[in-house]
Amino acid sequence: MKTLTINGKNHNIEAHDDMPLLWAIRDIVGLTGTKYGCGVSQCGACSILIDGELARSCSLPLSYGIGKNITTIEGKTDNLEILRKAWSEINVPQCGYCQSGQLIAASALLDNNPNPTDEDIDAAMSGNICRCGTYPRIRKAIHTAVKLKNK
Amino acid sequence: MEGIQNMSRRNFVKVFGLASGGLIIGCQFTSENEIVRIDDGTTFAPNLFVQLKKDGKLILICSRSEMGQGIRTSLGSAIADEMDADWKYVEIQQATGDKKFGNQNTDGSRSVRTILAPMRKMGAIAKAMLVSAAAKKWEVSEADCTTKMHYVINKNNNKKLFFGDLVEDAMKIEVPKNVTLKNKKDFNYIGKKLKSIDINDFTHGSATFGIDARLPNMKFATIARCPSAFGSVKSVDKTKAMAIAGVEDVFEVERVKRPFGMLGGVAVIANNTWSAIQGRNNLEITWDKGSNAKYDSKKYTQRLTNRVHTRAKVVPPTKGSVNKAFANASQIVEATYQLPHLVHAPMEVPNALVWVHDGKCEVWAPVQSPQSARAEAAAYLGIDEEHVTINVTFLGGGFGRKSKPDFVVEAVALSKKMNAPVQIVWTREDDIQHSYYHTTNAQYLKASLDKNGTVTGWLHRTAFPTINSTFMPGANYAAGWEIGQGMNNNPFEIENVRYENAKAEPHVRIGWLRSVCAIFHSFGINSFIDELAAKAEKDPLQFKLDLIGKDRIREEKSPHPLNTKRLKNVMNIAAKKANWGRKLPEGHALGIAFYYSFYSYVATVVEVSVINNKVKLHNVWTALDCGMYLNKDNVINQMEGSAVFGMSIALHGKITAKDGAIEQSNFHDYILTRMHEVPPIDITIVDNDEAPTGVGEPGVPPVAPAIVNAIYNATGKRYRTLPLSEHGIV
Repeated sequence: MKTLTINGKNHNIEAHDDMPLLWAIRDIVGLTGTKYGCGVSQCGACSILIDGELARSCSLPLSYGIGKNITTIEGKTDNLEILRKAWSEINVPQCGYCQSGQLIAASALLDNNPNPTDEDIDAAMSGNICRCGTYPRIRKAIHTAVKLKNK
Repeated sequence: MEGIQNMSRRNFVKVFGLASGGLIIGCQFTSENEIVRIDDGTTFAPNLFVQLKKDGKLILICSRSEMGQGIRTSLGSAIADEMDADWKYVEIQQATGDKKFGNQNTDGSRSVRTILAPMRKMGAIAKAMLVSAAAKKWEVSEADCTTKMHYVINKNNNKKLFFGDLVEDAMKIEVPKNVTLKNKKDFNYIGKKLKSIDINDFTHGSATFGIDARLPNMKFATIARCPSAFGSVKSVDKTKAMAIAGVEDVFEVERVKRPFGMLGGVAVIANNTWSAIQGRNNLEITWDKGSNAKYDSKKYTQRLTNRVHTRAKVVPPTKGSVNKAFANASQIVEATYQLPHLVHAPMEVPNALVWVHDGKCEVWAPVQSPQSARAEAAAYLGIDEEHVTINVTFLGGGFGRKSKPDFVVEAVALSKKMNAPVQIVWTREDDIQHSYYHTTNAQYLKASLDKNGTVTGWLHRTAFPTINSTFMPGANYAAGWEIGQGMNNNPFEIENVRYENAKAEPHVRIGWLRSVCAIFHSFGINSFIDELAAKAEKDPLQFKLDLIGKDRIREEKSPHPLNTKRLKNVMNIAAKKANWGRKLPEGHALGIAFYYSFYSYVATVVEVSVINNKVKLHNVWTALDCGMYLNKDNVINQMEGSAVFGMSIALHGKITAKDGAIEQSNFHDYILTRMHEVPPIDITIVDNDEAPTGVGEPGVPPVAPAIVNAIYNATGKRYRTLPLSEHGIV
């Protein structure tokens, strides 16, 4: 039995140490907001925060997450909440599938850089693929979030 | 496994299912006489799409799949608008796959075009009945009543009745034979910006996509499929796979020889996805690679190119004599274009959860065509379709891939065999390597110019494995509708024309991908006319406008015949937005392309720079005329997405096969456009009262040729093959 702390809640699970956190979170814990997209850290759909740092859950073993604080899209951080409002205001998503990862990546960006330029956003968000092509709106929504925050 | 076991099946019913209890019976919504009311004691449900509860809650049924085009919001808003309903009471439920809902096939950019009118009618019927109920109560005529935001209002005394309070009375009102639809000026939602009704689920990770579907005691599965199309298993050693913790079973599955049948292979069943993937990685399989074992797509595309360099099968219509025109030409221009296979790569991979039990089959899956999925599941099991329920989840992108429910058939087969709920999950590698591919193509164009630079003759030859080959093995020539995606029905006024189609045998499964044949025909035509303009030493925009010629509505068998005025209009709008003709910084240039597809008119201007032999996009301006539109913000979002999709095609997109196997495997080698490559995208939507036409697809075809034309204007270099990454300039 192992314990994963996700969004402030402890989950006792049984799974192999090598199982990627992504599948432990989705299949064992049962939180499906974190998405599978590529399995090889290429697309960012599986993004989570581990002790506040952006991480790719598809490429980190379960053992890495033990004893750490994991935040998924089902969780809450100050920046996530503001970004959700901005995402809604700009009506960012199309299919919505990659947006869990986009929001987590954007929250990590704002945690480190409260007022990013377009270039900062491009640099921070280029690890996240959106096949629908909502990039211009993501960029805009991150700026909107900064404005909402400064209000 | 606490999370899985704690989740009850009711969750699915709540999110996606129809209200149960025999509430709803079938009707053909397109026929007024056959509308069947289906209300019960607590719900006013005058037709299949509208259910009003006593607390005012308005459940509207969406019969098309949601894959990012915003259809749940759009279609719902059309019904709600005609009802004068208050949007805050609206809940959208996804229809299960069932013919009673009419055609549910969500592709071809046809949803709004074909069912906007009937959906509006569903709302208008409900409203008329609520008005009648109120009028009866007040003992006034219906003309004395009006409606506003979920209320019927008595015009004589301004008394109001809440829609919810009229449920019982409305159930006693007869369904009207005729209803009047609103005038444009009275719309509350149609044509306005309405944010996605699912936005909160998308931002909280609570939207249930197919891959998120869960049932108690479900199994997770992967399948190892033959690297070459239609190969089969010769032998398998499953020892190592069975040793993986969590793996429960390994067995062979036979190919189902139907267009949407499964490829077959070796299935690995486990109690979680990771074990299923690990198990598969540890299989030792010897394949019989079959008849496509030698497929080399690069060589094959070259073979197609050779074929378009000689006379091929003539496709009507022919006009005049191109040979004479060529003989009398002042200048001859000829060019050959080649494009590779592509794959859809929706962010959510194909997947399906199926539970075959007690003579029934329940499916939760991201399918664009739920009725096809139902038919395939029923056919596989040999049961009547009525015993198959297709619960349509959110689709994490579709782009045509999820129209083909082979992955549903796989899960049906596995569930039947395991006698348990089974979810098949395709890994990204599976998705890239075992798809129904966008076809590879070669085109040859030849035209004559007279001394004034006017085009006098036009010969266009095309060759590509046809989508028909998936449905009719042995089909080696293009289908009429494929050619008709802009090839033999270009909008030009040219005196002598001939179209030809060369033979092309398929070596992979061929399927439709967003914008389909318009992708390559737009690339060929838009590139070639740019080359003609250069040869004629004319401004590309003016040359193209002249080539389209005078304002006219083309005579053709079409619900929405081509109107050249509308086509030229979008070109002029995009050009004006881009300030066409202005002086640009060193190394920068504009390029333009346009296309009429899915009955809509689109023009795109792109600003690029090519500096140190590297291309960079700086701006995209797109103008779209899709007639009447439902949700402006949705349409803009679709056009922005189309620009990005087109950029992927232009810059990176290629699927190649060698020794029968697809060479790409994941996003490191099947590269999609990322944020840092995307410039500002400016969208203009034309406002008019024309009938609604396509939105999801028509924005893609002009993008790649606009980029290539801009690069030519910047550098004088013409790229006739894609992707541009192959030319070392990305």
